Amino acid sequence: MGISRRSLMKNAAALGAFAGAGLPNLWIKNAGMAQAAAGTVNVGVLFSLTGGLSIIEKSLHDATMMAISEINAAGGVKGMKINAIAEDGASDPKTYNEKASKLVIQDRVPTVFGSYTSASRKAVLPVFEKRNNLYFYPTYYEGFECSKNVVYTGAVPNQQLSNFIPWIIKTLGKKKFFIVGSNYIYPREMAKVSKILIEKNGGEWIADEYLELGHSEWGSMVNKIKGSGCDVVLSNVVGDSVVAFYREYKNQGLTHDKLPICATVTSEIEIAAMGPEYAVGSFTSFPYFQAIDTDRNKAFVERYRAFVKDPKAVTHHALESSYFQVFLWKQAVEKAAEITPTAIREAVKGQEFDAPNGHVKIDPDNLHTYLTPRIAQWLPDGQGKIIDAYKEPVVPLPYVAYGETESNLFCTAKGLDTAKLKI
Amino acid sequence: MLEVLFIGLSLGSILLLVALGLAITYGAMGVINMAHGEMVMIGAYVTVLSGIWLGANIFVAIPLAFIVTALLGLLIERVVVRKLYGRLLDTLLATWGVAILIQQAVRLEFGLSFLGIHIQGLGPGLQNVSVPAMLQGTFAIGSQDINRYRTFIILVTALLALATWFIVYRTSIGTQVRAIIRNPKMAAACGIDVTRINALTFAFGSGLAGVAGVMMSGFKTVFPDMGTSMVVDGFLVVVMGGVGSLLGSVLSAGILGEINGFVAAATNDILARAVVFGVVILIIVLKPKGLFALKGR
Repeated sequence: MGISRRSLMKNAAALGAFAGAGLPNLWIKNAGMAQAAAGTVNVGVLFSLTGGLSIIEKSLHDATMMAISEINAAGGVKGMKINAIAEDGASDPKTYNEKASKLVIQDRVPTVFGSYTSASRKAVLPVFEKRNNLYFYPTYYEGFECSKNVVYTGAVPNQQLSNFIPWIIKTLGKKKFFIVGSNYIYPREMAKVSKILIEKNGGEWIADEYLELGHSEWGSMVNKIKGSGCDVVLSNVVGDSVVAFYREYKNQGLTHDKLPICATVTSEIEIAAMGPEYAVGSFTSFPYFQAIDTDRNKAFVERYRAFVKDPKAVTHHALESSYFQVFLWKQAVEKAAEITPTAIREAVKGQEFDAPNGHVKIDPDNLHTYLTPRIAQWLPDGQGKIIDAYKEPVVPLPYVAYGETESNLFCTAKGLDTAKLKI
Repeated sequence: MLEVLFIGLSLGSILLLVALGLAITYGAMGVINMAHGEMVMIGAYVTVLSGIWLGANIFVAIPLAFIVTALLGLLIERVVVRKLYGRLLDTLLATWGVAILIQQAVRLEFGLSFLGIHIQGLGPGLQNVSVPAMLQGTFAIGSQDINRYRTFIILVTALLALATWFIVYRTSIGTQVRAIIRNPKMAAACGIDVTRINALTFAFGSGLAGVAGVMMSGFKTVFPDMGTSMVVDGFLVVVMGGVGSLLGSVLSAGILGEINGFVAAATNDILARAVVFGVVILIIVLKPKGLFALKGR
């Protein structure tokens, strides 16, 4: 075999870490200077273009590329063109780690945009923390993370649930929750936050059940829901399981007008995949829906469809975040004195942008994003009708499940305050 | 209680649907056909495509999918499997390769996506099949609401199992198949055209998988990887039932389905899955040849 590519990479990573520990600024600063001299800024784009997750991650990749090409068409950043170095995470966390190392160490990019799943983000995190580089992560996720090397532009649990649960209890008048999810960290953390909010608002949860990730045999679970006496189902089910869940729900005679599914992950993509007739009348909470009725959003949807050459392409929350986070990055680069990960990170704090979903802002403390929670009810054409929205963006609280509030932040610019965190 | 029984029965019928074709190719021919799941997937895509391009519903798709996957199975047998009889592990590797080829062919729209041509209903995305209204929702027997689509699956599975039983035990071709299961060389010596019968058997097994795909498409998502996990469940059933025994496959599918249904109702789905695997391991340890072992090959 000789030296395989992987062992070479490992050695390179180890060497890099060694050098980085000794003189981090010099090494990275030079990289930034080299890029500036060539008249282009290299950035990494890291999503799965193959494998099971490619269905969704390809759309995030496309949205990122579209933002980059729009910025370049408008003159680039600081007069320089952005050059995207795209890599394929192949739906595999290990591959993600290798590709992230390649982008950071070999290509010396000052920033990488990437990841859909938490598993892939956790896999690349050590690379960015060790090298003190910067990662932009566009997906809604479970929170419980406070890295100064990641900018999070998707929703955290409080931005999907803090309006949703009170709304279900007060407006829909439903009090008995059946919580159901796929069996991994995101649905379990969402359930934790939900329970706090349900109890605070005078409701009760009567079950908290899980199905193996990627499984689609819902017969027993739906039967259990039927016999449980609940009056609303809170779904944190993800992926293609969602499709089988909604279909089985209808096939066992449950209807959304009597016993609605209120979901946190069911987006335009899943609705299109299941056939909209199965979801009509159910609810989803996200900061972004394709149906947002503003000129800015309509133009965005049109541009996206033209960019991917598919007149029926749908847009969704993580896709929209993939798009606007590039613009936040651009503004930060323009503000920063030099093109290094550290300088960009400091400059991105407090950056604001008018995204398709509305006004967004990076929180200077935890590097998460202020977003506007919305609730939509699904229509027969596969689009959501937005029936409730916050008036203004909500502060992101990644540790809300553990008691974090706006006046008592756990994650600040100094890092995570572990004394406050009681698990 | 009745509902739990029904769900168990339905789970069992879905297991059997996939296992039936495997019981024939693995049992009769000694081929570990890893591409069996892809035959299920192709059956599902036939349903999607015939719905989009021919406006056909799921009932029309059943014979269509059977024909398409049977022909594909015949091709695979002629090109790959034929050269590998008697080499169990080689069939596993070769058909695994075939499985990947088929998956990628669907994902890349048979290579057309390289040329920028897109066929609606193919490609890496999720597809869906619209189910006729008469198969959606429930119907009532007495005070019980019965799930229509699951009833439909149970009926189709029962019909397929009966048809398979009839072909294997009541026709002259079936007699020849059973002779080959017992001893292929002796069967050949008696004048049976072993290569021809093998090809037909493989095609029939693949056709059954295609029908399974049609049924799956009605309540699961259709995408290129969908068959991979199903083939594992199929092998569980066949191995537990006893290789080469149709009755064994039927019974083990029923048993595993009911165990899954009852444990899931009493505890949760995740534990139920573990218990099912545990039962299979236990049975293989106690009866290495499965519940109904045949002496043969």
